[in-house]
Amino acid sequence: MGKTLFDKVWDAHVVDTIKNGPQILYIDKHLIHEVTSPQAFNELKERNIPFARPDKTVATADHNTPTVDQHLPVKDELSRNQLAQLTANCKENNITLYGLGHKYNGIVHVMSPELGITQPGMTMVCGDSHTSTHGAFGTIAFGIGTSQVAQVFASQCLLLEKPKSLRVNVNGKLKKGVLPKDVILYIIAKLGTNSGTGYFCEYAGNVFEEMSMEGRMTVCNMSIEMGARGGMVAPDETTFEYVKGREYAPQGEEFENKVAHWKTLPSDVDAVFDKEYSFDAEDIEPMLTYGTNPGMGIKISENVPSENNASFEKSLNYMALEKGQSMIGKPINYVFIGSCTNSRIEDFRVAADYVKGKQKAQNVTAWLVPGSQQVATQIEEEGLKTIFEEAGFELRQPGCSACLAMNDDKIPVGEYCVSTSNRNFEGRQGPGSRTILASPLTAAAVAVEGKIINFVNHLN
Amino acid sequence: MAGFVKLIDTAVPLPTENIDTDQIIPARFLKATDKKGFGDNVFRDWRYNKDGSVNEDFVLNNPTYKGSILVAGDNFGCGSSREHAAWAIDGYGFKVVISSFFADIFKGNALNNGILPIQVTPEYLLPLIKLIQENPETKLTVDLENQLLSTPIGDASFEINSYKKICLTNGYDDIDFLISKKKEIELFEINN
Ligand code: SF4
Repeated sequence: MGKTLFDKVWDAHVVDTIKNGPQILYIDKHLIHEVTSPQAFNELKERNIPFARPDKTVATADHNTPTVDQHLPVKDELSRNQLAQLTANCKENNITLYGLGHKYNGIVHVMSPELGITQPGMTMVCGDSHTSTHGAFGTIAFGIGTSQVAQVFASQCLLLEKPKSLRVNVNGKLKKGVLPKDVILYIIAKLGTNSGTGYFCEYAGNVFEEMSMEGRMTVCNMSIEMGARGGMVAPDETTFEYVKGREYAPQGEEFENKVAHWKTLPSDVDAVFDKEYSFDAEDIEPMLTYGTNPGMGIKISENVPSENNASFEKSLNYMALEKGQSMIGKPINYVFIGSCTNSRIEDFRVAADYVKGKQKAQNVTAWLVPGSQQVATQIEEEGLKTIFEEAGFELRQPGCSACLAMNDDKIPVGEYCVSTSNRNFEGRQGPGSRTILASPLTAAAVAVEGKIINFVNHLN
Repeated sequence: MAGFVKLIDTAVPLPTENIDTDQIIPARFLKATDKKGFGDNVFRDWRYNKDGSVNEDFVLNNPTYKGSILVAGDNFGCGSSREHAAWAIDGYGFKVVISSFFADIFKGNALNNGILPIQVTPEYLLPLIKLIQENPETKLTVDLENQLLSTPIGDASFEINSYKKICLTNGYDDIDFLISKKKEIELFEINN
């Protein structure tokens, strides 16, 4: 029987298998940030355990950072302390840190791929569930808890049971206006938020093969929202092209050798998956969520479904939406384009393309938060900044921002926010806020209109 | 954590069934940010009366019963997933808990904190509790290597995941275990 992409990468990283127990998995890269690392550093210090591989660890500050006036001292005391602790911990342990203001600073899952830290065939972890993003490179990448962060600090390994395998195939031609974000929201709406529990998912089919690396990252990012530990796309020429020449990418002959190896990674033709689903690309439309988990999504042309159960009703109640209603025409006062799902240059290009020559609606506050300093620079260099500013959008500085609203970027109580982030949980974007997940194109169209529109016919 | 091979000790009988994590450690004691100090408050609301005085009737306050083995009623450790319950049991000094059933999450948490949960049949448990209550000096022998509990009631074998057995025997948690594999890990690094 053939091996899956996941099997090949996993098996190559098993240091040891404990009889009737877990396996020891070697971790190639460990990404850390200010929020989930301090307790792990403390644990090591208390037990007098040396840090195993600082050279395989990279840190950034993103979750709890302000998106304005980053050159000034951080106002919030708790955040300031956390950042100071991260700086001190990294210094003490010789860990590379791209802190606030550094030209490489950014959201951990944006910063690492753009620097070429993320490479095919690697195992990567981070104390953040959207670490699945890096699977776009054919990497086994997943989020871990703080006690596991300490395990990796101490040994560069984790004790794990191997997950089962799942494959999601999407074939056919995507319709106009349908972005990678819509593809993944569609898959989650179809499969639900639990279908992936216990599995690692591979995305296959021509839709993913034809997708850019940034699109693949958007898809893999949300694997966790269907319960999967992570998602992967087989590495191919698109992947190699993307990695080539980046700061940490292998150079010259070493790169060629790596590529030769990476080419052996895709799943064998006769590989068998524990579970498999297939979807038709033509069936996908721009998507919106109407409820309080990412699985509660509909096509923009559809109405909110009618279900008679308490948790469904509680969810609609929170969102102040009615069963069977259309979302079209719903006034929206907040638009957020950002988060590790959709804050890369392509996301801003597609939004700018729509916005160019138009004005945001009067009622709308539109925040654009680039995923990294590098993306921010690109936005400026490509002239997108001018387009957005002329249209009345507010371009802020990089960070997680309103994705989890740990900093000041909060959506007010009761307000809707059409957001390109990944979670629409109750209060995720601020207490009482109501999140509608969508693609950056949908978000841009809503910002211009001031309400939800089916913009598909407006596309040229 | 200290290594665990064989333990011969007296036991504390606590026949109450369905002891949940809130009884083991009341929620108001969860604000601490480290793992220390929970032992002082284990079974807090049973050990002390409402006015703060010691409840002489509770078994932990009865000097006749001592030892590092807790023999508890059916379905021990149900309730929440909080690890604090295990920290409290450990903090008080119990190394082994015997019951006829354990909540799954408590069992995992206990093992991760160096506590051995031993599941026996109800037919074994009830006479054992009675025996200890009547003869507090009764010694129990816990042989982890052979997975055998020996008491005057007879011998009872018990199950344990073999990885966790290694951890307990050597007094490891996952971090210690991984560090003990340093050679293998370094070899892996050289070869890859
Ligand atoms: S942008 Fe949101 S999901 Fe992504 S790392 Fe930051 S907080 Fe997590």
